[in-house]
Amino acid sequence: MVRYILRRIVQAGICLLGISVIVFSLSHLSGDPALLMAPPEAKPEDIEALRVMLGLDKPLHIQFWLFISKAVQGDFGESVRWGKPCLEVWLMRFPNTLLLGVAAMMFTLVVGIPTGILSAVRAGGWFDNFGKAFALAGQSMPVFWVGLMLILIFSVTLRWLPTSGIDSWQHLIMPSFTLGWYFTSAITRLTRSAMLDILDSEYIKMARIKGVPEFLVILKHGFRNAMIPVVTLAALNIVTLLNGTVITETVFNWPGIGRLIVDSIFARDYPMVQTCVLIASGLFISANLFVDILYAYIDPRIKYH
Amino acid sequence: MISKDNILEVQDLKTYFYTSRGVVKAVDGVSFALKRGETLGLVGESGCGKSITCFSLIRLVPRPAGRIVGGRVLFEGEDLLTKSEKEMTRIRGRRITMILQDPMMSLNPLFTIGEQVAEPIRIHQKLGKLEVWEKVKEMLRLVHIPSPEVRMREYPHQMSGGMRQRISGAMTLSCQPDILIADEPTTALDVTIQAQFISLLKEIQQQAKLSMIVVTHDFGIVARICDRVAVMYAGKLVESAVTRELFNNPIHPYTIALLNSVPKMEVKVDRLYSIEGQPPELHALPPGCSFSPRCPDVKEVCLKDYPPQKEIKLGHYASCWLHG
Amino acid sequence: MISSHPARETEKTVQVSGRFHWIKIKGAIWRIPWAPVTILLIFLICGIFGNFISPHDPMKTNLAEAKTPPFWVKGGSTEHLLGTDVFGRDILSRIIKGAAISLQVGFAVVVFAGALGTMIALLSGYLGGWVDVVLMRITDMFLSMPYLMVAIALAAVLGPSKNNIILIMGVLGWAGYARVLRGEVLRVKGADFIKLAIVARASKARIMLRHIFPNIINTLVVLATLQLGVVIIMESSLSFLGLGVPPPDPAWGSMVADGRVLLFTSWWVSTWPGIAILLVVMSFNLLGDWLRLRLDPKFRQL
Repeated sequence: MVRYILRRIVQAGICLLGISVIVFSLSHLSGDPALLMAPPEAKPEDIEALRVMLGLDKPLHIQFWLFISKAVQGDFGESVRWGKPCLEVWLMRFPNTLLLGVAAMMFTLVVGIPTGILSAVRAGGWFDNFGKAFALAGQSMPVFWVGLMLILIFSVTLRWLPTSGIDSWQHLIMPSFTLGWYFTSAITRLTRSAMLDILDSEYIKMARIKGVPEFLVILKHGFRNAMIPVVTLAALNIVTLLNGTVITETVFNWPGIGRLIVDSIFARDYPMVQTCVLIASGLFISANLFVDILYAYIDPRIKYH
Repeated sequence: MISKDNILEVQDLKTYFYTSRGVVKAVDGVSFALKRGETLGLVGESGCGKSITCFSLIRLVPRPAGRIVGGRVLFEGEDLLTKSEKEMTRIRGRRITMILQDPMMSLNPLFTIGEQVAEPIRIHQKLGKLEVWEKVKEMLRLVHIPSPEVRMREYPHQMSGGMRQRISGAMTLSCQPDILIADEPTTALDVTIQAQFISLLKEIQQQAKLSMIVVTHDFGIVARICDRVAVMYAGKLVESAVTRELFNNPIHPYTIALLNSVPKMEVKVDRLYSIEGQPPELHALPPGCSFSPRCPDVKEVCLKDYPPQKEIKLGHYASCWLHG
Repeated sequence: MISSHPARETEKTVQVSGRFHWIKIKGAIWRIPWAPVTILLIFLICGIFGNFISPHDPMKTNLAEAKTPPFWVKGGSTEHLLGTDVFGRDILSRIIKGAAISLQVGFAVVVFAGALGTMIALLSGYLGGWVDVVLMRITDMFLSMPYLMVAIALAAVLGPSKNNIILIMGVLGWAGYARVLRGEVLRVKGADFIKLAIVARASKARIMLRHIFPNIINTLVVLATLQLGVVIIMESSLSFLGLGVPPPDPAWGSMVADGRVLLFTSWWVSTWPGIAILLVVMSFNLLGDWLRLRLDPKFRQL
């Protein structure tokens, strides 16, 4: 058990290291970083001075080591675009993304779980088939298009909701729905199959035999048991939503981390890009690690995989 | 057959399953009666439709594939098949209950024993909180569960198989039902526990004047506890009689074959008797009598028409062309 | 009463209260799914013969006819069936040309990642030992990366181009194949005919290629078909952000991005490319599901 955990931690560390290498080489791959970061009218001596200041004159592996050690302490360098420490900029934007993520998760659960339950209870019925078709279509649509179509319908045509920005709760609706889009069908499917499994059990039959009214059978006996895998999955996947913020925030102009990445890329603000990708990857990998360890506790079969 | 003694009368019950392979006639025109206080045994091979018959009685046929398509189920004169779902939930657990085969799975792992035994009491009877718990303890004592106050707070996985089956009994009997249906109640239990459980059932029946239907494939249990026996094959009732009569004078070839299949201790044989052939696929039944492909005494008429049920002797019914 | 048994029993309606379920006899599982196959064929034809069937030159700008709506809307014309964009380029023609891009990228990535993943799966599964351990560690590492983030970062560095994103997606995508196919390799490895081949002193390479590989092709095909949809969505996402296939090539993703500023005036510019993506990806998904049922009914987990 402990060995498994240690192995996973080492794995995670290696993975993070690998990503760091990629991230580190970002600025170096596209040319001389000093040249890129210096203002256009800089003279050669200035660029040279900048190079020394950034430590670019040292050998690559030393630079990498410096990069890593500073990152661990929270020093990701200074953002070229914002003129502030990268971490500071990141921290400023992060709460917005967090808000979006939580709202998206709520949406997903509120929509996905009842849909899954109803699909299971009326398995094979029109609702179920409609749900399956809808889920299939949903998985086949790119998220950015979903977002734009939502804007088209709700902002342009119906004028119910604002298109972008972050000023009111109405601004939250479409982005969180979009962010949760793919995940909703996963939750629906999981709830449905968990419910179907459970509705087949003997104790459900027994509850009906006892004369428990059907809705109570489904909710009290069925749902309670089905919720365990569903809630676990939901909680564990909150970080997967991270990936989707890039697109969603771009579409809705949401001032979060996702948009920060994209903006920084186009502004050639490589320190910022490095920061964002590194932190995002770190969170992602840690969350997965946590999930795996948790699962190992719950289901001992997994560690013998 | 309508008589005041009969607490339950099943007339020509038909339950079909609609599958992609065709229509499965799980229960195809089954008729029998249950007298008050009587124990009726329902025997047959796996898949002959005995369990579905029981579920059909209380209208819990698995949907959407299964449907009760015909017949009447007269419970104290009223046809259960015409009642609304709401009325049925009042009957289930209160007037007619059932024990299932697998005690392990019959109990919800998330709720305590006490909770689960209390549930039907709460639904069907208006008792105060304390009275409910008293009733729970009383029921647990009835089924010989030691220290009920302690057990009440425990969970199913903490109990043994035999105890769980008895708790199922407590759950279903708490509202003094008129009919108890036991679907292979001992199949999942150890042999030693089986005997205990059967004794318990008999004891409860005598105390509560319960009418029982016991589904089983074990003739030993039939002998011990059943007053009458009905034999089913491929969705149809082929023979029914008082237990002793059936054992001594079986009429239908299938019954004869079944009884022959039970190895007897005193008789030494070179080969164990087994019935030739296979039970039929229920969605592709042969025309005429369903047992005809395997019947040693098959006649030509058996291949054409299904024999009607006739009272061959007093109280002894059979569906066979060999006898009238 | 003698009950007769007609060949087909008609159901007698009983006063059983409760819902009726209409019964559907399904036998259709084994028929070819014509809908997705037809759609895919259409797009394939667009991709290959686009130059011949395009009503207009997809790159040609014509500012006089900019922002024309689809032909059924007032102001539209049958000249431009689906309308034009802000530069006056015909949307339908661009979509046809975009099919080529999406399908090319899709197939290229799937072939690349699939080949790489299969090779690694064969080596890892068959050779076992430290080879397996190392390769699987690397696979796990790739699987636990936040795909989109890394793809974006790499695309930013390497610059947007069709070949670059094929490379990036291939490099990031092989791990999924490797993981699943390794399982299959392990399954096949234990079979008797493999043992016979070993006894016959067949070389490891020969065994892997001639004996194991043909038995995992089924899984590979299903995987690849399902992945095609994923890749196309990825590519369109990258193009949408401006990091994929660069303009003026009409990648569907970029077309949607183009229409973003025009949502209030010209809804069609963003809508049609999205529908194209939807149709193609959905067809690949349906086809993949059908293949999965057809080729390996035990294959549930994907």
